[in-house]
Amino acid sequence: MNPKTPHSIPDLTSQIRRDIIRMVTAAKSGHVGGSLGSTDFLTVLFTEFLDQDPAQWRRDGQNMDMFFLSIGHISPLFYSLLARMGYFPVKELASFRNLGSRLQGHPSVENGLPGVHVASGSLGQGLSVACGAALSKRLTGDPHRVYVLMGDGESEEGQVWEAAMFAAHHKITNLTAITDWNGQQIDGPVNEIGGVGDLNAKWTAFGWRVLECDGHNPDDIRKAYRLAAEPGEKPVMILMHTNMGHGVDFMTGSHKWHGKAPSAEQEALALAQLKETLGDF
Amino acid sequence: MTMTNTGNKDTRSGFGAGLYELGTINPNVVALCADLIGSLKMEKFAESFPERFFQSGIAEANMMGVAAGMAVTGKIPFAGTFAEFATGRVYDQLRQSVCYSQANVKIAASHAGITLGEDGATHQTMEDIALARALPHMTVINPCDYNQTRLATLAAANWEGPLYLRFGRPSVPNFTPVDGPFEIGKAWMIQPGEDLTILATGHLVWEALEALKILAQKRIRAELINIHTISPLDEKAIIESARKTGAVITAEEHLVTGGLGEAVAGLLARHNPVPMRMVAMEEGFGQSGTPRELMDLYGLNAAGIVAKASELRLR
Repeated sequence: MNPKTPHSIPDLTSQIRRDIIRMVTAAKSGHVGGSLGSTDFLTVLFTEFLDQDPAQWRRDGQNMDMFFLSIGHISPLFYSLLARMGYFPVKELASFRNLGSRLQGHPSVENGLPGVHVASGSLGQGLSVACGAALSKRLTGDPHRVYVLMGDGESEEGQVWEAAMFAAHHKITNLTAITDWNGQQIDGPVNEIGGVGDLNAKWTAFGWRVLECDGHNPDDIRKAYRLAAEPGEKPVMILMHTNMGHGVDFMTGSHKWHGKAPSAEQEALALAQLKETLGDF
Repeated sequence: MTMTNTGNKDTRSGFGAGLYELGTINPNVVALCADLIGSLKMEKFAESFPERFFQSGIAEANMMGVAAGMAVTGKIPFAGTFAEFATGRVYDQLRQSVCYSQANVKIAASHAGITLGEDGATHQTMEDIALARALPHMTVINPCDYNQTRLATLAAANWEGPLYLRFGRPSVPNFTPVDGPFEIGKAWMIQPGEDLTILATGHLVWEALEALKILAQKRIRAELINIHTISPLDEKAIIESARKTGAVITAEEHLVTGGLGEAVAGLLARHNPVPMRMVAMEEGFGQSGTPRELMDLYGLNAAGIVAKASELRLR
């Protein structure tokens, strides 16, 4: 039994995927594809690895692990996971993208939403911020770890590689970076759009320890997080192989669901594939 | 108040001195630099506090993000590079990771303005005040000499929130008292007068002092106020002075577009419109030359201020 949640991973991920579909359908906008694809490995991170007590969460991250979401557009997943883990009330998910909501289209710190350290949405910036937080922890003697989630399309941004060089040069080893390698971006398959190519070879060449993992297999995910946290001389990148839209058959594996809201009929079709385990918001 | 030049010094050295002092008194102060340690006079901090200094290489966007991460976790980072790279090159990083994220980052922006000189227009930003003051939550400070830059650096560490500190390369008169006064957001009355108001910032403050002497010979009693903090403006001091004198000149080393002059014009248009003139670069990019040649070419000098004063008096 996990001390942080009484629920099993399958129960949690099924409910979170329902939340994602329902939030984006209600808001008539938002990003379902990447949210569904990252659900499994991010749920395992928050429930079994991230050393944080939701009730004690602080924006300055003192004496706790920190998580940075560089790909701010998968906010539906981030918000649902935070709510289901107890960072804020589940019913607040109904306010996603509404006027005055703490659940902005992309994460914001302006209204003090627990779980959000910095704003994100404009891509390419999260790894740099995570490097700063990790260096700060090292300076303070705080042994906790810093996690950051990035996207494969995001790695077309030049700043990602500035940060990659910086992290290796400064031997930032209290950092686990994760790339959701789903192979899709807004305009099409990543390798047809930006030529990202072999991410393993690239990160290895930049001086990182690189792990690859099936991002939908909880045991494989656990193994990767454990290996990443082992002492070493290099920063660690986990390349998570996922399918965009995973969990809903007609959304799986296509860039067409990167940033599109389902219709009412599509919502019903999707929800029929996802068991309501913890009660809808 | 009589101001005497105690010897020419560069404002960047005032930053370097202030940063080193901060290192000795505040363990939360850290510094980052994008391959310009010597240019920004950060050597003493880097050598004295190596564990708190982070060489960032020629990668300014990453440096601003790293600084944001440090700030969120309780450090007070000073991120140093040239003003052009501290604004134009990293605007989105300042916007999202620093300002929108309410990260307590101090941007140390050196070699600002035309007085960067011989390197030419690629490095002479005359737009940075406009860019910085357009950002919500960003405090913008442009000190006028070595002493004031040192005091501004010390004050920046105690100021909560993103702050853009703009200073320069050349040696210029050091004339403000070593202990100020300097308070962020509070305009400094250097010389009261009745006939017109001169609001000067940065290197133009010394030029304005020179202009006062010439104006006095013409029996024009000008009021000189140092606006070191461009955002937030000391609205009360500016409105009061405009009410008293009925005419305002602004003086800055920046383009007209978006600079101190337009900030003051916007303020006075809402509260107390008076005839105004702006001493600033009118348009376009700069060019190579010595700082003095360039200041004179673009009228960013005492003569330029006197000429604008004459225009106002002839109305």
